[in-house]
Amino acid sequence: MTEVAEASSRRSAVSDKIVDVALVGNPNAGKTTVFNSLTGLRQKVSNYPGVTVEKITGFLEGKSGHEIRIHDLPGLYSLIPKSLDDKISSDIISGRSHQAGKPRLIVVVADASNLNRNLYLVTQVIELGVPVVLVLNMMDAAEAKGIKINIDALSKKLNASVVPMIANRGQGVERLKQEIIAHLEAPVGPHDGKGFPIAPVVSAAIEPVASWIRQNGSLQGPAIEYEAIRVVSSDHAVEGWQSLTNGHTKHDLEPLHASVQAARQGIKTEGLSWSMLETELRYKWVDEICREVVIEASSQRATFSEKIDKLLTHRIAGPAIFLMIFAFIFQSIFAWAEIPMQAIDGLVAWTGQHVAAWMPAWVLPDLKDLIVDGAIGGVGAILVFLPQILFLFFFLTLLEDTGYLARVAFIMDRFMRGTGLTGRSVIPLLSSFACAIPGIMATRTISNARNRLVTIMIAPLMSCSARLPVYALMIGAFIPNKSVLGIFTLPGLTLLGMYLLGILGAIGAATVFKWFINKSSRPSTFVMELPPYRLPSIKWTLLQVVERAKIFVTDAGKIILAISIILWFLAYYPRPQANIPSSQSIKQSYAGQLGQLIEPAIKPLGFDWKMGIGLITSFAAREVLVSTMATIYNVEGADQASESLRERMRKERDPVTGRLVYTPLVSLSLMVFFVFACQCMSTVAVVRRETNSWRWPMVMIVYMTILAYVSSLFVYQGGKLLGYG
Amino acid sequence: MIGLSQLKSGESATIQSVENDTPDVGQLLEMGLTPGTRVRLVKFAPLGDPLEVEVRGYHLSLRCAEAQSIRVTRDAS
Repeated sequence: MTEVAEASSRRSAVSDKIVDVALVGNPNAGKTTVFNSLTGLRQKVSNYPGVTVEKITGFLEGKSGHEIRIHDLPGLYSLIPKSLDDKISSDIISGRSHQAGKPRLIVVVADASNLNRNLYLVTQVIELGVPVVLVLNMMDAAEAKGIKINIDALSKKLNASVVPMIANRGQGVERLKQEIIAHLEAPVGPHDGKGFPIAPVVSAAIEPVASWIRQNGSLQGPAIEYEAIRVVSSDHAVEGWQSLTNGHTKHDLEPLHASVQAARQGIKTEGLSWSMLETELRYKWVDEICREVVIEASSQRATFSEKIDKLLTHRIAGPAIFLMIFAFIFQSIFAWAEIPMQAIDGLVAWTGQHVAAWMPAWVLPDLKDLIVDGAIGGVGAILVFLPQILFLFFFLTLLEDTGYLARVAFIMDRFMRGTGLTGRSVIPLLSSFACAIPGIMATRTISNARNRLVTIMIAPLMSCSARLPVYALMIGAFIPNKSVLGIFTLPGLTLLGMYLLGILGAIGAATVFKWFINKSSRPSTFVMELPPYRLPSIKWTLLQVVERAKIFVTDAGKIILAISIILWFLAYYPRPQANIPSSQSIKQSYAGQLGQLIEPAIKPLGFDWKMGIGLITSFAAREVLVSTMATIYNVEGADQASESLRERMRKERDPVTGRLVYTPLVSLSLMVFFVFACQCMSTVAVVRRETNSWRWPMVMIVYMTILAYVSSLFVYQGGKLLGYG
Repeated sequence: MIGLSQLKSGESATIQSVENDTPDVGQLLEMGLTPGTRVRLVKFAPLGDPLEVEVRGYHLSLRCAEAQSIRVTRDAS
């Protein structure tokens, strides 16, 4: 056996107590719902900063003390990788990966209402020779379409266990659990997965490739020939064998390339097309299976899904509805979240007071101040904006669940063409409105390397939810609450305006990057499944929202807490002598000194040194601006009872000129700065992971800072020229 | 024989051949657009591109330029 194969089997043997099961399937087949049903809350989601391989694992309790670890692998249509996500899934289940040992069992989830195409992957997986359980999910959707499937016949034809299921109703889940456990209890041996018959002439032609695979991979038995056919059919599959994760270099693959060329010649002389070899043979097999196993009542009536679709992708109604939906979401975020926000605001203040009162006398005044003002005050100012963030997460997740976001990509693709991207970028970019981090990770499905990079670089310009605290503070405090056209409000429109500005900036940036980044000569294609509309599961949506909220609060929260404390330190020390007014003391503190240092540079943008401090600290995380301002003004007004931050800022006056510091123009300028500036260490870390170098994160920081400065300058100076100063 | 993108909304056709000139012809084939398969052109996007087809019981969207490589003959209806 080769080194790769030995290492792989060694790893599988090591874990006696933990057994690995891989969960695969087409996208939109409900795989994640199956995963959630099997593992419940016993899940581990990769944390930010990003991981190189996005591993979602969960546990299922097995018999005799075994723990069954289930890997929810990214959805894919075929074992030939089109994108990084595909490659990860494909490598792991084919046993080519160093990242995980070969799974002992593969659970394939298929959409019963769409069985034909799903069987393409299913049959590929079965041929690998690893034990397989096939889950036939969405049986209700199949029934609604008038499709009946003979489960026993299918099971016999594939020589695999088949479990029918309606995952989002929980039906069939128990049976699946039992099947999994039963399979793992059975003795380990090669699975006699049945694949399509291979004609002797084909077999002969692919022999050189098969023998290379036999020597250099961990596949055994019939799986070798099927992999050989795959490799002969596609250069992507050949490339799949080249990767740092399995130790093969370009040099090692030369013999493979040579044998592939030879095989293709051989196929050609048989009068067959090598590029269609696998698809022709496989779909012939799939069609045969479906003919025997599926009874389809011909439905002439348009399904409910198709009726809705007609409206949502209508030439005029489609884009209009899309705009309305998103305008509604933004409006509701600002308006409806007000009540929970005030509640949290009050709660934080109450907590601060009670903690201060409760502290025993021996606690140093310094420490007391640190805890009440630095920690609670700082973090509290962020928690206040959590409702808005959760609302946004919720709506986006819900829309994704319904299948609507695929239609958005469909409608918007033509628009994206001008930027050189495809409609596929729309979903990662839309996700970036909640948080650029999952948005950037979602770019893995963009197979074109250049498009993926460009999407990553512009994703942070989609105003993420971390900017919401800044927008909300500025708008809430300084934009008058006037009504516009009777339906909208000036604050609501300003918020929408910030988002649109980010989009415009992104389009511009994408166009510029298109000229500079020429990573691949392959023009981008756009081939995308449009899943049937489904009623979203509120339960699973809430679960995902809670999961993301937890990650946001803990990760971003850690940074905020640390920076709040550092900041408190910078503002609190050096301790002033007695009898100096507090406005003087902050000027003398370390924080004040730093702010004054950069003041000349930011004065043209309308900012003063206190905002300067805010800009410095929020470089790590945008929402820190709010806690920074909270701390700055808290420290300053330490003699009086704490006011709400907004009131405090409204009253702030320039000590020299006596004029108000925060005019609507200044707050607009500050918001515009925040639209474009790169202010998230977590994003920088994820970009570094995803692009595997420091070059692109650095480019991102530089271009965004320049863009922010110039835009803010334009807004402020332009506004002054127009007389708004 | 015409290109797939030349069908009108609602028309059904059978794929005769798939030209090897697009960069990702393999992907089109894997998604089920193979010679001998029936397809139905569902609609075009609001801006005219991409188009949506129904094939093998599901809906797929692809750009008109890519769809040109898929040569079809209209079904008699």
